[in-house]
Amino acid sequence: MREFWDSTIGKKVFVAVGGTILVAYLILHMAGNLWSLAGPGTVEPHIDEYASWLRNFGEPLVPYEGTLWVVRAILLAALVVHLVGVIQLRARNRKARPPEYPARRIGRSWESRLMMVSGVVILVFLVVHILQFSTLTIDVTPLVEGAIYANLYWAFQEWYVVLFYLAAVFLVGTHLRHAIWSVFQTLGVDSPERNGQIKAGASLLTVVIVAGFAAVPILFFTGALGVPIDNEPTAAVLAGGGGR
Amino acid sequence: MSEMNGATSTNGNGLPDARIPDGPLSQKWRTWLDAHHLVGPRNRPGRSVIVVGTGLAGASAAATLAEQGYKVKSFCFQDSPRRAHSIAAQGGINAAKDYANEGDSIQRLFYDTIKGGDFRSREANVWRLAELSANIIDQAVAQGVPFNREYGGSLATRSFGGVLVQRTFYARGQTGQQLLLGAYSALEWQVKAGNVEVFSKHEMLDLVKVDGRARGIIVRDLETGEIERFAADAVILATGGYTNVYYLSTNAMGSNVTATWRAHRRGALFANPCFTQIHPTCIPQSGDYQSKLTLMSESLRNDGRIWVPRKPNEERPPAEIPDAERFYFLEERYPAFGNLAPRDIASRAAKHVCDDGLGVGGTGRGVYLDFREAIAEQGRDAIEGKYGNLFDMYAKITGDDPYETPMMIYPAPHYAMGGLWVDYELQTTIEGLFAIGEANFSDHGANRLGASALMQALADGYFIVPHTVTDYMTVDHGDVSTEDAEFGRVQDEVEERLQALVDVDGTIVPQEFHREMGMVMLDKCGMSRDAEGLKEAIAEIRRIKADFWENVRVDPGIEELNQSLEYANRVSDFLELGELMCFDALRREESCGGHFREEHQTEDGEALRDDEDFASVTAWGWGGEDGEPVPYDEHLEFENVELATRSYK
Amino acid sequence: MRFNLEIWRQFDRESNGHFESFTVDGIDPESSFLEMLDQLNAQLGREKQRMVAFDSDCREGICGTCSLVIDGYPQGPRQVTACQIYMREFTDGATIKVEPYRNSAFPVMRDLITDRSALDRVIQAGGYISTKTGPQPDPNSMPVSPETQKEAFDAAICIGCGACVAACPNGSAMLFTGAKVKHLNLLPQGQPERTTRVIGMVEQMDAEGFGGCTNYGECSRVCPQEISLDVIGMLNREYRKARKDEQPAHRAKMTAQ
Repeated sequence: MREFWDSTIGKKVFVAVGGTILVAYLILHMAGNLWSLAGPGTVEPHIDEYASWLRNFGEPLVPYEGTLWVVRAILLAALVVHLVGVIQLRARNRKARPPEYPARRIGRSWESRLMMVSGVVILVFLVVHILQFSTLTIDVTPLVEGAIYANLYWAFQEWYVVLFYLAAVFLVGTHLRHAIWSVFQTLGVDSPERNGQIKAGASLLTVVIVAGFAAVPILFFTGALGVPIDNEPTAAVLAGGGGR
Repeated sequence: MSEMNGATSTNGNGLPDARIPDGPLSQKWRTWLDAHHLVGPRNRPGRSVIVVGTGLAGASAAATLAEQGYKVKSFCFQDSPRRAHSIAAQGGINAAKDYANEGDSIQRLFYDTIKGGDFRSREANVWRLAELSANIIDQAVAQGVPFNREYGGSLATRSFGGVLVQRTFYARGQTGQQLLLGAYSALEWQVKAGNVEVFSKHEMLDLVKVDGRARGIIVRDLETGEIERFAADAVILATGGYTNVYYLSTNAMGSNVTATWRAHRRGALFANPCFTQIHPTCIPQSGDYQSKLTLMSESLRNDGRIWVPRKPNEERPPAEIPDAERFYFLEERYPAFGNLAPRDIASRAAKHVCDDGLGVGGTGRGVYLDFREAIAEQGRDAIEGKYGNLFDMYAKITGDDPYETPMMIYPAPHYAMGGLWVDYELQTTIEGLFAIGEANFSDHGANRLGASALMQALADGYFIVPHTVTDYMTVDHGDVSTEDAEFGRVQDEVEERLQALVDVDGTIVPQEFHREMGMVMLDKCGMSRDAEGLKEAIAEIRRIKADFWENVRVDPGIEELNQSLEYANRVSDFLELGELMCFDALRREESCGGHFREEHQTEDGEALRDDEDFASVTAWGWGGEDGEPVPYDEHLEFENVELATRSYK
Repeated sequence: MRFNLEIWRQFDRESNGHFESFTVDGIDPESSFLEMLDQLNAQLGREKQRMVAFDSDCREGICGTCSLVIDGYPQGPRQVTACQIYMREFTDGATIKVEPYRNSAFPVMRDLITDRSALDRVIQAGGYISTKTGPQPDPNSMPVSPETQKEAFDAAICIGCGACVAACPNGSAMLFTGAKVKHLNLLPQGQPERTTRVIGMVEQMDAEGFGGCTNYGECSRVCPQEISLDVIGMLNREYRKARKDEQPAHRAKMTAQ
């Protein structure tokens, strides 16, 4: 295993597998987000219900939020492997081809050229995103623990938040379009015969993920999704509409 | 046989005996193998062999000797052994396997080769070659050479010029490349195993003899310019042919005669230097600046029909010329073989129709090679499958699409049948110096048949020289160190010569002298020769040589990478060789194979041999800087074939 | 035709290089790129200036000696070797930049000549079938379908020119290595060493300082032999499987529960 990790090919496989786990999570995350499209609801928004279901998942066999933390741990590990692999490979590549004489672009796609840039921006976005909606640290708009729908609603009334999220989702898309196809090549499970399908599949999946994520801020901003039932954020807590 | 080592027996006129084993033809090699002496496995690492050249012959010999356990040092001037010019061979390799069930046999391959060579090669050598041919295919396949296959998975074969059976194995149009990569991979395996050390970008500049035996070489590291000495128990030259003496040829830019020529100057006789092959199917020359000619595989003649317009100065495009006005000159003159007539005959025929003003293309020196009917009959896909890469290559170079318009071809210098004289054991007249592949005067007589060069190079390298060198090394000739005075003396001479080149300090690059001499050689010692022209050529070459030594431009700096110095040094040897070729052509008062003397032809313009006086090999001795070369004759005995007029009609 | 040339000049491995400008005139459009450089050198020789060092040998696209980067394209812009580029392809008066390969595993020896011996060492690490010269089975005892032959052949045609490495922003030699692995690992003869071959070659490739693959595909786009990118997919797969299938030097004896 050690030798595998030390080789360029092996390390790339780790990067690909790590990336695949992250993509799988993205798909789940995107699907979960779509609960918000069900609107504010009558008693409690569907997305909030979904969120508490996630937290309670497996109880009493596993403790409260236990599953969530397991998933989080896996994601963190995948992310670390992905990042460490990429950083090490990049260092090696820069040594193999000194940056003073960059290779002329002979047809490589712009998505593949942007992988490093999109990757770094996505990482920054990830931090901001967690600080905003998970830890509620960045509270430029009113945020209440557990009131997912309301938090989203108020956040996505601000044009700059919408723009920031849309830009980030777009970059995720560019990253994924090259990455998903790459996984097949890196694992060597593609072939010239299936290449067309894999490329089309990668593009399709990318579009689905991007559209799914982009729909939420856009629909909130355009007013297609209604105001939370208790229009005052604090009231939501008092009404027992979130959290536990 | 080792009891003959050191023997000075000659065939009566100063030439060493060819040491052909007694017994019936088909048993000679077996007899030799059974009787030759062996070196014990534990003693082999103590014996060392130098192999110069990493083409098919050199790489296969180096790899095989290393597998046997000897310590091998392998040298090439290229930056990797894989780049030797065998890589460019296209069409195929012959073997008497009779997979096509046509009644082919060793006897038939033997006879075709002897006849193809116009009865100017040794029976015993050619039989051995035919006998070993099948082993080569087996060996190559075991190494992973991807020969073309039939639908059932068995090896495919096709026909080639001068032959009525399909015995040519091929890997699309890149057979030489695949065979060389096979030999190269065997060599690299032995490098990994620690038995071979490869010195690439190292050029042999001289041979060192100690007590009359070849004991080492002087090389120049082409990157640092350093002159280095290497010693060994035996030296094998596998340095290829000298057709670059014509300047424009199908050889690589770096192909040169230096190693064999310097060995010749040290006492190795040079045999049949005037036997050179002008290959019929090359892309015609397009201008004076041109540095090389590109060969199109002879296999194209399987399906392509060769013609010129019957009317001189025809201006219509080929497609508009009706069949009745097309002169299919090979089919008309040689109905039995047609477009598959042997190379020398096909080339000369093309030259004649162009001399008569029927040639096509910008220079008037070209003939059509037409696939119109083959495409109509077999379909474009079938033609593409057989020749796709050749068609692409043609299109890349000329800008014309051969699927739409006929190719244009013209003969170009391609292969040297002549080379260092060797006996049956492939040993030159210098003891301990062996020559293999195109570098020796070989088994092809006065004309080589297609797909035979790869066969001979690999037979020599894989199956012959490892045994004959073993036999030579059974006698311990004592240790030799590179500190020996002889090494110093030869190194001094090498350095003086390089210094002399730099000291000329002229303004004309070596390439221009090369081009000038090449034109003289092609014109007067090319596809047809006559006494007057050859004498003029000798005078011309001497004039160019004098001019060269007064005006050549070489970058200063011997101890550094210096390509002009490498080139000038090679040209200086070509100038000496060119003269010898003319002497040889002049002395051989007959026409045979690629050597066509205008004075000796039949009424209908075919070659007229003189078996009475010239059924022999001429081996030349170096006559000194200002002297004339000295000829020795090896009479060729034909006990198994009847000397017949070579007819392909 | 007339051309302005910007040519990389570097004395030896240790020196620093720089671009030098030259003008060549009277070039025939039918002459090849290398013949144009020959004419430049003839001109420099007449002026007693140091000639430009560049490598070439067969000049018909098969030996792989050429190693020029023309206007940023390894082996030139047309996916053939540099020796098969003709001046008719350039516009009269154009400025053409000529450089050596620019990756660390191929140090520059002088001007436009680089040392590509790293590729030989990758082959030494496993790019062969270990079989001694001698009696071999009859080839027809080991049938190979024409499809398999064709696939192996399409990889085996690699000329080892290194353009793939030069084109790669990461200086990776995966196309080269993948081509050899595909050639040998597809054929029945190559099966016994299938695992050790790919492990050896990949380790050597890394040790030589080649970069890794980021699936840009530039290598395949410049390859004069048009080797397909799937050889890299196959290399990845073979390596992954090989690490899984690797046998320890000593397998423990199995006993019952």
